[in-house]
Amino acid sequence: MAKVFFTSHLRSVAPDGGVEAAGATVAAALADVFARYPTAKGYVLDDQGRVRLHIAVFVDNVHVRRDILEYPLRGDSEVYVMQALSGG
Amino acid sequence: MAQNLYVASRKGLLTYQRGAKGWTHKATDFLGSPVSMVLVSPDRQTIFVALNLGHFGTKLHRSTDGGGSWTELTAPQFPKVEGGEKDEKAPAVNAIWAMEWAGKDKPGCIWIGTAPAAVFYSADNGESWTLNQGLWDLPTRAKWFGGGTVDTALHSICVDPRSSDRVAVAVSCGGVTLTEDGGKTWRVAGHGLTAEFMPPEMQKDPDIQDAHLMVQCPANPKVSWIQHHNGIFRSTDDLKSWHEITTAPVSKFGFAVAVHPKDADTAWFVPAVKDEHRYPVDEKMVVQRTRDGGKTFDVLRHGLPQETAFDLVYRHGLVVDETGEGLAMGSTTGAVWTSDNGGDAWTLLSAHLPPVYALRFA
Repeated sequence: MAKVFFTSHLRSVAPDGGVEAAGATVAAALADVFARYPTAKGYVLDDQGRVRLHIAVFVDNVHVRRDILEYPLRGDSEVYVMQALSGG
Repeated sequence: MAQNLYVASRKGLLTYQRGAKGWTHKATDFLGSPVSMVLVSPDRQTIFVALNLGHFGTKLHRSTDGGGSWTELTAPQFPKVEGGEKDEKAPAVNAIWAMEWAGKDKPGCIWIGTAPAAVFYSADNGESWTLNQGLWDLPTRAKWFGGGTVDTALHSICVDPRSSDRVAVAVSCGGVTLTEDGGKTWRVAGHGLTAEFMPPEMQKDPDIQDAHLMVQCPANPKVSWIQHHNGIFRSTDDLKSWHEITTAPVSKFGFAVAVHPKDADTAWFVPAVKDEHRYPVDEKMVVQRTRDGGKTFDVLRHGLPQETAFDLVYRHGLVVDETGEGLAMGSTTGAVWTSDNGGDAWTLLSAHLPPVYALRFA
């Protein structure tokens, strides 16, 4: 299973450290995490389910800039959900 | 007079308490987070705070013990539209710009105004929110456009003290819209507003007016005031018509307006230079007050900086309490002043707060 890490700034609503998540895409993995941490969803995705403008997502050390949610995951992928510097 | 003053700022919510020697700082909550709006119950026990987090979106928190503890609620969200996750134009709440109690006969019911311009309603003390579909589907909404921000913004919600089903809202830039059936149906109520910044044939179009803030006199609710991008306007006939007040001596431009709770002829404005630049006229901080419905104005400056002042007071940054004597205003440069005599004299509360977005007395 992939492992999802969240920025420490989401510590009050998201898991501390990596959390295992099932799914073949970023969207599926996030949905799996949000099922367990429902408040975190609104911090990462907007009303329509889009990744918020100032959230940065990295998969296996690649900064995913387009079609983030469809980005494919391997069984051992590491996904980092970070705050983009642009939103500060 | 009001016992508490709540300051919604760029870096948190600050609460001040009135004491024998004036206002003292009581608490700072949500330290570091931008607070776009605050709503407080008359008994000061229930407090709603809207956050506009740069990275993580719009959030809503509530306290039911006077700010002792806070609970995060689900913030208003637009319904998901089909394919919305791939549609850049599908709506999402970008900010909460207005929050008001829905009326004394509707305890626990609240209206919220957002950017993009819409209203949401909660009938369960903020636990859940529903988009007001009637306003969202209003055909004239297609003509609205952003003012100051890319998004349209609904910043004013006036719940009529005679009937809580009668609610007027104002939008930048979308004029005034009124419901008389609790939000089921809406109609345009901005006739008479004028926008010099539009092409000549469109200047009187009520659907594109940039109302900066609208307030309604609680004791004489037939009377409402608007600080408009283009000037000061007043309605004395239940929003059937608006007429421009052209006598403001310092500037007709500004963001904020406050109306006396008992005297519809008395209102306060904080003037500024427009448009390409915005700063206090001649770098002097003043308040314009009329006590005769706009025929004449006093220019109030006692206690306010009269040199190198760059304070702007945003639309929710000027408030009056239930007596009409207590006033407070907060600025973009982090100054807050209070007055206990209707603005004749002002006392500096602090000169070094974060930029102030909104104030509340309770």
